[in-house]
Amino acid sequence: MKPVFTYTKGMVRTDTSYCPGCTHGIAHRLITETLEEMGMLGKAIGVAPIGCAVQAHKFMNVDMCESAHGRAPAVASGVRRVHPDKIVFTYQGDGDLASIGTAEIVHAAARGEKFTTFFINNCIYGMTGGQMAPTTLLGQRSTTSQDGRKKEQAGSPIRVSEMLATLEGAVYIERVSLASPAHIRNAKKAVRRAFEIQQTGAGFTFVEFLSTCPTNWGVTPPDAMKWLIDNMLPYYPLGVYREPTSEEVAS
Amino acid sequence: MSAQSANEKVLLKGNEAFAEAAIRGGLRFYFGYPITPQSEIPEYMSRELPRRGGVFLQAESELGAINMAYGAGAAGGAVFISSSSPGIALMQEGMSFLCSAEVPLVALNVSRGGPGIGGIQPGQADYFQVTRGGGNGDYKIPVFAPASIQEAIDLIYEAAELAETWRNPIMIFSDGIMGQMMEPVTLPEQRPFTESDKIRSAKPWAITGYGDDDAQKNVVKSLRMQPDELEAHVEKLFAKYARAEKELARVETIGIEDADVVFVAFGTVARITREAIDILAERGIKAGLIRPISLWPFPYDEFDKIGARTRVVISAELSMGQMLEDVKIGVGKRLPTRLIHRTGGMIPTSLELADSAEKIYKEAIQ
Repeated sequence: MKPVFTYTKGMVRTDTSYCPGCTHGIAHRLITETLEEMGMLGKAIGVAPIGCAVQAHKFMNVDMCESAHGRAPAVASGVRRVHPDKIVFTYQGDGDLASIGTAEIVHAAARGEKFTTFFINNCIYGMTGGQMAPTTLLGQRSTTSQDGRKKEQAGSPIRVSEMLATLEGAVYIERVSLASPAHIRNAKKAVRRAFEIQQTGAGFTFVEFLSTCPTNWGVTPPDAMKWLIDNMLPYYPLGVYREPTSEEVAS
Repeated sequence: MSAQSANEKVLLKGNEAFAEAAIRGGLRFYFGYPITPQSEIPEYMSRELPRRGGVFLQAESELGAINMAYGAGAAGGAVFISSSSPGIALMQEGMSFLCSAEVPLVALNVSRGGPGIGGIQPGQADYFQVTRGGGNGDYKIPVFAPASIQEAIDLIYEAAELAETWRNPIMIFSDGIMGQMMEPVTLPEQRPFTESDKIRSAKPWAITGYGDDDAQKNVVKSLRMQPDELEAHVEKLFAKYARAEKELARVETIGIEDADVVFVAFGTVARITREAIDILAERGIKAGLIRPISLWPFPYDEFDKIGARTRVVISAELSMGQMLEDVKIGVGKRLPTRLIHRTGGMIPTSLELADSAEKIYKEAIQ
């Protein structure tokens, strides 16, 4: 009998360390399942961030290293130089990428580094305990914005996909969501597209996943999905922000 | 330079010689950021490495450079980086990660005066920074301090092998004088670069993509959330460092068995000290020299060879007495120790050094 579903070889058969309702597990699976479908698991090298996903290497069945806070794009730039024929990716949260690692991500994108960054945007610091991130929405409560983020005090949330799309070297940028089955199916297409464009050598590829953090948002997992749709989608519109031109893919 | 054959005498500027030594040592990957007085190194690498099958990448910062080096090293590449004092300070975060993850690297500090931005003239006030860590946690980095451009070439060339053998960063501690001056040198043979597809067999721990689906994946990491696991890891690292203390200590000595006064000096200052020793001899004072070539491990045992005639041991340095602390450990309570120093980019002449040493010696025998 033909199995209708099998567990992807891309994920290690173990429990993850993520909280109930957190979408890291979904993002991990989309990435590794796609690599398996492309026959690239053994040719992939991942770079884990600081944050909840620092132990992503325990769950993703690919060669991986950890990196210091925000430095994953620099680390991946080094990895890619040694192995130009492999698939290289970083997996970073919003504290890691959009705050302490802005220099690294901007310059990796500007250089057109031939790796893919998966950006988990859940509007908050997770592992350190729910502090305000650069992506925290105005009015959103966190442990360092207890009365809600105020524009006059902390500025406005950074839209990373839109910012990076201004750089020539970033050839594919898409923002997707993990808040519903339809969103997730679409997110997987973006993962595949990013890896395929990486393989052409056209330049830097980037997928932003709008994600949940029920623990630090202080809501239940189902309410977290609803909160994402109600609050994050209006400020962080889904869509493709940069597509490579036919010349870029061909060159 | 690339056409220059091995073992032929050539006149080279320090920074370019350091870069050429790294290439010839087989260090195929260089990540750098401009900072005086070592900017000739990234300039040289940007020209030479791509022509010779290597990789040059200009980083967005020294933080970027050290993390590119970590990534390339974790991926099994042979990596060289260089910077100068404030840039080396920015790299310390990465040094700690590299040591914990046991990633090889050859790093060069062409040092200048500090603290802060300090100045661009030579200094040795990075002694603590390079010998005591600088990053967080328990770790050690072997540090070699050449006193000539030829010695720097030889040490960089050797460090390329040591980094792999010990799976640890190796630091070469030079200064702005050596980076900027020219000396006749002999260059070693070009070691072959390791091709990417040969890395997995040479370095079975590296992250290369594991190949076929049933192979074991590799992880390069420094996080250990369980305290007992982290303690065991640090103990393992320190067992390695204990071996390094025995095997990597290097020193040159001149006449310390029967000296009136013994200098301890490294790098550029050791060269000036050699001239001061000649001046003191003319004044009837016999001076000796302990020149640590390795600053960590510091050659403490060499101090046991100081003879009974010696009345005082002088640490001569371009800092406010950082090496002096190691000199005191080496001397113990046997003899008084004194400091002769300049700092901020100032350099003593051999005459100044001799005058100061003579004064110290006369006070010691009163």
